[in-house]
Amino acid sequence: MKKEDFMVFIVFFIFVGLLPLFIESNYALTIGIFSGINALVAIGLCILMGYAGQVSLGQAGFYGIGAYVSSILSVYYGFPVILGILSAMIVSAIAAVVLAVPALRLKGHYLAVATLGFGEIIYVILNEWGPGGPSGFGDIPHFNIAGYSIQTTKESFYFIWIIVAIVMLYSINLTKSNTGRILRAMHDSDTACEAIGINVPLLKIKVFILSALYASLAGSLYSHYVTFISPSSFSLFYSILILMMVIVGGSKNLWGAVAGAIVITVLPELLRKFQELDILVYGFILTLTLMFFRKGLVPIISEKIKNVRGYKFAKH
Amino acid sequence: MYGVINLLSIKGVFKNFGGLAALQNVNLNVRQGEIKALIGPNGAGKTTLLNIISGIHRLDKGEILFKDEKINNLPPSKIANKGISRTFQHVELFGNMTVLENIMVGFYARNKTSFFMDGFKFSFITDSEKKIYKKSREFLEYVKLGHKINEIALNLPIGEQRILEIARALATEPGLILLDEPAAGLNIRETRELGEIIKRIREELGITILLVEHDMELVMNISDSVAVLNFGEIIADGTPMEVQKNRDVIVAYLGEEEEVQPGYNVNT
Repeated sequence: MKKEDFMVFIVFFIFVGLLPLFIESNYALTIGIFSGINALVAIGLCILMGYAGQVSLGQAGFYGIGAYVSSILSVYYGFPVILGILSAMIVSAIAAVVLAVPALRLKGHYLAVATLGFGEIIYVILNEWGPGGPSGFGDIPHFNIAGYSIQTTKESFYFIWIIVAIVMLYSINLTKSNTGRILRAMHDSDTACEAIGINVPLLKIKVFILSALYASLAGSLYSHYVTFISPSSFSLFYSILILMMVIVGGSKNLWGAVAGAIVITVLPELLRKFQELDILVYGFILTLTLMFFRKGLVPIISEKIKNVRGYKFAKH
Repeated sequence: MYGVINLLSIKGVFKNFGGLAALQNVNLNVRQGEIKALIGPNGAGKTTLLNIISGIHRLDKGEILFKDEKINNLPPSKIANKGISRTFQHVELFGNMTVLENIMVGFYARNKTSFFMDGFKFSFITDSEKKIYKKSREFLEYVKLGHKINEIALNLPIGEQRILEIARALATEPGLILLDEPAAGLNIRETRELGEIIKRIREELGITILLVEHDMELVMNISDSVAVLNFGEIIADGTPMEVQKNRDVIVAYLGEEEEVQPGYNVNT
């Protein structure tokens, strides 16, 4: 990791940490919490898609596994929440291997359809065999550790964003390391990667696992925050939402995933005043964003900043 | 200049694609430290043979030994790790990465890091990164691309792309490099420079080279021995001089001298 990356990291998370001091409304903080949860899934997809070049329309599947496995374990089997979350992550990792093995032979659109199929299978399973079927189940315990339960909105906000910070730090480190470079190399050419001794199938499985772990963690945090879940939150729509976050933010940059997650989560709330026209305006804004900021928001903004700095340097 | 030890031995290799016999009983030895060229008309099976050596295709029958160890039908990455690196007829670079990064990826094979542990290294730039960076810069200086380290690989002219691909193959510290038509698309000056680099790689780094090439000037100038492949069979194998005089080779390249007789069956 470079020093600049670390500075951006520090500034961003101090800013997020200060937000609750100025925002009184629980409603706004709740949106902040959902932004954080979505950011976790988006960061995973960003590494998978923007870095490794593997499309996935099945992230909702891992998100759903995370939510259901940890909730079922804590509600019906009395698991401590943290153990439930870890178990869910293990289950997701195994599911990721199951998905990755057929996906190794596929690329581009074909991979997208295969992962979409995976997400739908998980959705159907949750619908048919999940507790409560399509109507879901509740009374899921809040996240608690050593007898301390995280319940208020403010606490949850900090809790979620601390986890986002940890995951982000880990991910920045990973993508700026040798591993990150190899992932980008795989994006450009599988053949060349193999020719210099990189085990491409194994690398693909690992990166699928990584993105599944993030989505699963996010799903668990979601279920232990809202304490009630039903399959509808884990449908294809969610996968597409995450995809949209990564693309709008800029898929080649982890900050893009975070920014995309915030924008896509906050935007519908800001558009409430348009009432029934909100979806229309929402779609319109997204279309324009994709037309004029094709690389995504974050790369465009960081280029602007670099240009301004470059201009200053040139003057001296 | 080169020993008599066979670094690579190809023994009785057959390969069919559907009903088409691409390689038939190919026997070929590459000696330690030599530059060996593999030539032949289009469709003779040269690239197929390289693909089989590097593990992209599986062979139907036969055996390939590298340093007396059987390597046939291993996955490409395993073969690369054993010390056989290659370049491609259609350049396969990491096009969206910089010239320097392309080489740094090449060093991966010798500096493997653990995927999931890489996220936990919290120093700003790790020592191994510094080492790889330094070595990569040296490599680029060596192949005279030192002034272009921060350029995106795709933006290089084709000649430099080919040299970059060779440099990346060198970064894996191989014992043998397979070059698939390295001079394709290069002008005369670039081809000469390429020839110089290939010679230096053998002389200064001691790396053995097996090269598939159509440019006869390049082949005859730099190779120690030349093998000729025609319709999937080796029809000649010797020094450049011997091969140039070989009648079968002349026939394969230029056709029979006598006129086609009436009733001559083209298929035979």
